[in-house]
Amino acid sequence: MTQTARAPKWYGRIGGMPYLSNTKITGRLIVIEGADASGRSTQVEQLTTNLEARGFAVLNTGLKRSALIGAGILEAKRNVTLGKRTIALFYAADFADQLEHKILPALRSGYVVLADRYIYTLMARNTVRGIRRLWSADLYSFALVPDLVFYLNVDPFKLVHRVFEKHQQLDYYESGSDMGLSDDMFESFIVYQQKMAREFETLKKKYGLMSIDGNLPSEEISQMLERRIIDYLSADL
Amino acid sequence: MKQYGIPGKLIVVEGIDGSGKSTQLRLLEKWLRFNGFDVFLTEWNSSSLVKSITSKAKKKANLTPTTFSLLHATDFADRFERNIMPLLRSGYFVLADRYIYTAYSRDVTRGCNISWVRKLYDFALKPDIAFYFRVPIDVSMTRILEGRPKLKYYEAGMDLNLSRDINESYRMFQSRIIHQYEMMQEREGFAVIDATLGIQEQQRIMRKTVANAIESIPRDIEVD
Repeated sequence: MTQTARAPKWYGRIGGMPYLSNTKITGRLIVIEGADASGRSTQVEQLTTNLEARGFAVLNTGLKRSALIGAGILEAKRNVTLGKRTIALFYAADFADQLEHKILPALRSGYVVLADRYIYTLMARNTVRGIRRLWSADLYSFALVPDLVFYLNVDPFKLVHRVFEKHQQLDYYESGSDMGLSDDMFESFIVYQQKMAREFETLKKKYGLMSIDGNLPSEEISQMLERRIIDYLSADL
Repeated sequence: MKQYGIPGKLIVVEGIDGSGKSTQLRLLEKWLRFNGFDVFLTEWNSSSLVKSITSKAKKKANLTPTTFSLLHATDFADRFERNIMPLLRSGYFVLADRYIYTAYSRDVTRGCNISWVRKLYDFALKPDIAFYFRVPIDVSMTRILEGRPKLKYYEAGMDLNLSRDINESYRMFQSRIIHQYEMMQEREGFAVIDATLGIQEQQRIMRKTVANAIESIPRDIEVD
C-alpha cells in the first residue's frame, strides 16, 4: 500500500469539521454494514486475522465503542426511553468521538481500519424512526468517505434465527420495540428489520454500498470479501 | 407559536456568562407565576442523563469541537423532546436560560461550520421572544471573578489554545462569542437588553416587552 499522504474525502456538502481541513492520511477505511446477527463481527474478525497475516496493520472499530460516550448510551437505553432526536444525536456524538480519536489517528499512521458498521446504520435507524433523510445526511456530513463499504444482506426471517442462536432473545432496539410497530416482539423484529433493509436499498444507491448475499455460508462470504479487499489494497501498490 | 397550533409561549435569554441573564430570567419567572401563569424553566446543558456523560468527558478534557457540539445538541434534544415541546403544547410559558443561539455562537467560535450547527438544531422552535443581554467583556469578567474563585476549562475556551493564562483565554474566547451574537442579532430578531443597567430597570424592560408581545397577558398588568 502506498504511504503517500493524501487529503481524506469528507461527505460534507456543508463540512462539519473545518478545523481538520489540513489532515492528511495514508491508511484505508473499510466498512462492513449489516443488521445485528448478520455475521458482520465474524467477518471483521476473520478479515483482521487474514490482513494481519499479509502484513497490514489493522484497527477494528464499531459503534458504541467510544471510551467516553459508549457506556453512557448503554446506560441510557436501559433506564429511560429517549426521544428519537436525542438518540440520533447521542449516537452521532459517539461516532464523532471514535472518528476523531480512533479512526483518523489510525488512518494518519497508515492502518487499514475495519469498521464494524458506520454512519449508514445510524442514518437508517433515524429514517425508519421518522427523521428526515436530509437531516441525517447533513448531521453526518463531517464523516469520512470510506474506501470500501460492504453490506451484508440477510433475510429478516433468517436473521431472527441467528439472533436466537446468539442471545436466546430479541434485543429491544434491534426489534424496533421503541417504535410501537406491534405488541408482538417477533413481529416487531421482522417488520423493523424489513424497514431497515428497505432503507439500506436506498442507502446502497446513494452511497455506493456493495451488497453481499449474507445468506451464504460464512466462509464463502469471507473469501469473497477478502478477495475484493486485497484487490483494492494491492491496486495501491 | 400560533402557526404550529401550540398554545404555549417560549421566551429565551442569551448572552455571555456574567451578563446577568439568569438573574433576569428568574425574576421574570416569579412575575409570571405571581400573575397566575404556568411556567417551566429550563437551563442549557442540564439534562441529567446527558450531564452525567458530558461531565465525565469534560473532566478528561478531550472533547473535540464536534463532540462538544453534539453532546450539547443531545442535551438540548432531550430537554426539547421531554419538556419544552410537550409543555408548550399544553400551554405553558417555557423560559429557557440559553437556547440554540448559544450553540450557534459557541460551536462556531470553537471551529464548527455554521451551516452544520444550524442544521443540527433545525428541529427547534423559534422562540416568541429571544432576549440578548449585551454586556462589555470587562463588566462580565468582573462579575464572574467576584462570584467564583476560578474559571472553568471549557468556559474559558482553554481547548482553543488562545492563551495559557486562563483569564486572558477567557477574555479572548468570550469576546469572540460576543462577536457571534452581534452578527446574528438582527437576523434572529433579538430583543437587546443593555446589561449594564440596574437589575430592576432591566427587569422592567423585559416585562414590558413580554406584556407587549404576548396577547394572553392583560394589557394593564403591573410590571414594577
